[in-house]
Amino acid sequence: MAATIDRLALAAVALNQDEYRTIVRALGRDPNDLELGMLGAMWSEHCSYKTSKALLRQLPTEAPHVLQGPGENAGAVDIGDGLAVVFKIESHNHPSAIEPYQGAATGVGGILRDIFAMGARPIAILDALRFGPLDEGRNRHLFQGVVAGIGGYGNCFGCPTVGGEVYFDSGYADNPIVNAMCVGLVTHHRLRRAKADRAGDVVLLVGADTGRDGIHGATFASVEMDERSASRRPAVQVGNPFLEKLLCEACLQLNELDGVTAIQDLGAAGLTSAASELAHRGRRGIDIDIDRVSRREQGMSAYEVMLSESQERMLVVVRPEAEAAARQIFDHFELHADRVGNVTSTGRIRIRDGGAIAAELPLKTLVEGVPLRSPAAAFSEKPPSPALPSIEEPEAVLLDLIARPNLRSRRPIYRTYDHQVQDNTVIGPGFDAALLRVPGTHKALALTTDGNPWYVALDPYEGTKAAVAEAARNITCTGARPIAVTNCLNFGNPERPRVFGQLQESVRGMADACRAFDLPVVSGNVSLYNETSERNIPPTPVIGMVGLLDDVSARCPAGFQDDGDLVFLLGDTREELAGSEYLRLLGARLEGRPPMVSLEMERRLQAGLLDSIGRGVLRCAHDVAEGGLLIALAESALFGGRGLRCPSIVGHVSREAFYFGESQGRVIVSVAPRRVPELQKLMAHHHVPLHTIGVVGGEHFQVGPDIRVPLDVLRAAWETPF
Amino acid sequence: MRTGIVVFPGTWSDRDCAHAVGEILGEPVRYIDHRERDLHDLELVILPGGFSYGDHLRCGAIARFAPVMEAVSDFANRGGLVLGICNGFQILQEARLLPGALLRNASCEFRCEWVHLRVEQSDSAFTLDARPGQVLRIPISHGEGNFFADAQTLESLERDGRVVFRYCAPDGRVTAAANPNGSLRNIAGISNARGNVVGMMPHPERACEALLGGDDGLAVFRSAIHALARVPV
Repeated sequence: MAATIDRLALAAVALNQDEYRTIVRALGRDPNDLELGMLGAMWSEHCSYKTSKALLRQLPTEAPHVLQGPGENAGAVDIGDGLAVVFKIESHNHPSAIEPYQGAATGVGGILRDIFAMGARPIAILDALRFGPLDEGRNRHLFQGVVAGIGGYGNCFGCPTVGGEVYFDSGYADNPIVNAMCVGLVTHHRLRRAKADRAGDVVLLVGADTGRDGIHGATFASVEMDERSASRRPAVQVGNPFLEKLLCEACLQLNELDGVTAIQDLGAAGLTSAASELAHRGRRGIDIDIDRVSRREQGMSAYEVMLSESQERMLVVVRPEAEAAARQIFDHFELHADRVGNVTSTGRIRIRDGGAIAAELPLKTLVEGVPLRSPAAAFSEKPPSPALPSIEEPEAVLLDLIARPNLRSRRPIYRTYDHQVQDNTVIGPGFDAALLRVPGTHKALALTTDGNPWYVALDPYEGTKAAVAEAARNITCTGARPIAVTNCLNFGNPERPRVFGQLQESVRGMADACRAFDLPVVSGNVSLYNETSERNIPPTPVIGMVGLLDDVSARCPAGFQDDGDLVFLLGDTREELAGSEYLRLLGARLEGRPPMVSLEMERRLQAGLLDSIGRGVLRCAHDVAEGGLLIALAESALFGGRGLRCPSIVGHVSREAFYFGESQGRVIVSVAPRRVPELQKLMAHHHVPLHTIGVVGGEHFQVGPDIRVPLDVLRAAWETPF
Repeated sequence: MRTGIVVFPGTWSDRDCAHAVGEILGEPVRYIDHRERDLHDLELVILPGGFSYGDHLRCGAIARFAPVMEAVSDFANRGGLVLGICNGFQILQEARLLPGALLRNASCEFRCEWVHLRVEQSDSAFTLDARPGQVLRIPISHGEGNFFADAQTLESLERDGRVVFRYCAPDGRVTAAANPNGSLRNIAGISNARGNVVGMMPHPERACEALLGGDDGLAVFRSAIHALARVPV
């Protein structure tokens, strides 16, 4: 056996010598070029999770209501009434860094396909975005391109974009983060797994023709970027949301048909990944004849056909006798379907090209044969928080703070997204969590994504715990109960010990927090190698969460509702300013310990909140997050279009920490005066600290002697355009 | 009100319209495939919103050639009620059932938000239930809704009372600030001369339930029911 190979040939598929030796051992021979290309794609970090798999095993994935955990196109959870919610979040960072519009658009397209491959109708999209500061032209170009791409795809497809978040930090200047989450609904008995478990079934390739776009996308997403990355533009795919809409409607009709075994989308690593995963999940084999694949251009090699990441393509596996009925559906939507192969019982994938066998690989090797990596991990020290300057003019600080790109109104972004189509949007973007009614029931789903990058940078364990806690708090503020989690782990180059240490700590934090809240993680995605010219992104775990509200009429808004209502703060404020937007405003270095999350306190807070919303005690509830207490109060005032009068409200901490610190586990609520005793009783029962803040009303936002701003001045600052 | 909702490839507010007319108002609804040619069973035809044919070439430019459009023209000419919403309005213009054009929004951006509409006349089949000057709160969701017509067409639309809706402030004043897309004279919807065909950029089907933020859109569909009760088609 000639277990040696040209280094360049290996570098082209991003494999190392050890991995190559493993391949030769498994095959008993050297792979040919096509086989090596297929293995390189399937063994890429993006497809194989070789670096993160061992860590991800810590995450809780089971619960009685979980219908489908990780390992499928998306996770699925029971929400009663015979319905399941299907959801997943996925990254498209690397393509977006090169070609922001198409990178983001195809990110949305890919996650939509994951949802309708499960038989579910996509009902919502959320996007978690991170960019460098907008005063640099390239960052602005990326930001505008990504936002336009998300809107361009989602709006045309007809799925509402209802939430997400965006933050700006110089750590993302070279490498923006673009994560798209999609949520769908399906009845239990129509929930579909992409498992080809019947030999003799016919494999149809439906949708777009196959072109040269996106060759090596999976590999490209698994290596660091450098100044030559722009030349990889051909590795970025181009989206066609119109075709995707037809594909979706066809797949949903197909899903009702008897004799359909599996539906699988073609994403990273294209036909190679879709065909081999389908067959391997069913413990079968698969034959693909690439002569039958319709192409956009002539002269494409077998290698290019097997690794193309052309968008809007699905593999559909049907019993031979169901093929005609399936074709009728495709014809109705004027979609093209090629019969490209068959399911076999060989346990191998076999590729034919011009009648000859061009590749033959055992699926076990291709899909799960990659040796797991366990890189060295290093952990940074946690220095104490620095001494702080005191605030001279709180009012000026408030106005500066609320106008910051990280805090100002997101309306200029979300109004370019259709967030209403499908007629389910009860609470749209711009609040703690979006709320969508579940058609045909009185229920609603609360949806959010969260992940404060600065807390994670200071302490990956605490920061990721905080991300889970905040997502749950956002869901709870609407009155919904968190039911399950999806996640996207965006990190730098894991071959650097510091980065791998961040990943390790972050996953541990997510696991601990999810366990504490009894939340199963049902799907997710890992995006490593977010490194450009040796600069790594800040560690960026993003938590996507779904909550269930049994009676949509019991929902709770985030804005003040009525003059005279009393405002309270639930939860305690500590002397925590590290990682805050306030310190960034002052230009302080990012150092110290981030706000700590007590999972026990957080559970009590959320239980108390749900109890009081369920009893109709609260008029509004709003999470205290970036910017701290005054920003949260200002937001509730602006949401509701009502002023606020607070007497002097300094607590047991410094004025800075009380006004602008970002201690976790806090929520502001408003209550009609006559229901205050009930609130006090409930909070005492749940052991949640309750602090009086002020009274709703007037045209001003007024805090003690320090701040008295007319509401329209506050609004003008908040509505600073991007 | 026997209602048909046309589904072109890329249409997406078909289901929302069916929800509003069928489930909320309880009227009989069926979908019309873009290849159909027979609409004789219907009293109201809705051309819903979406991106028919992916907006390729120009919004509505390809849909106008779908087989169903000939039938829609005949149906309209016979006096049947036709409502074009958003992309449906664009298609009606391309099919010459309504005048003018809808250009790219002046902001050059897609806009999805609640706007206020002043009802300009209550003679059209879709505003019978409203009174002139009444303000309706209804969302828009489009990138190409900037109404344009040449001066002569504009004058005749105004003179003949065929401007059905104008974007306005909450108090009904027609101002530049209330215009979300640069439409000439804040025009949001117009009718044909007979008043049985109306095109509008806002989405009344999204404003039929308080739960979703408002139900002012019901006036549009209820008007059609009353128009049919009054004038046998």
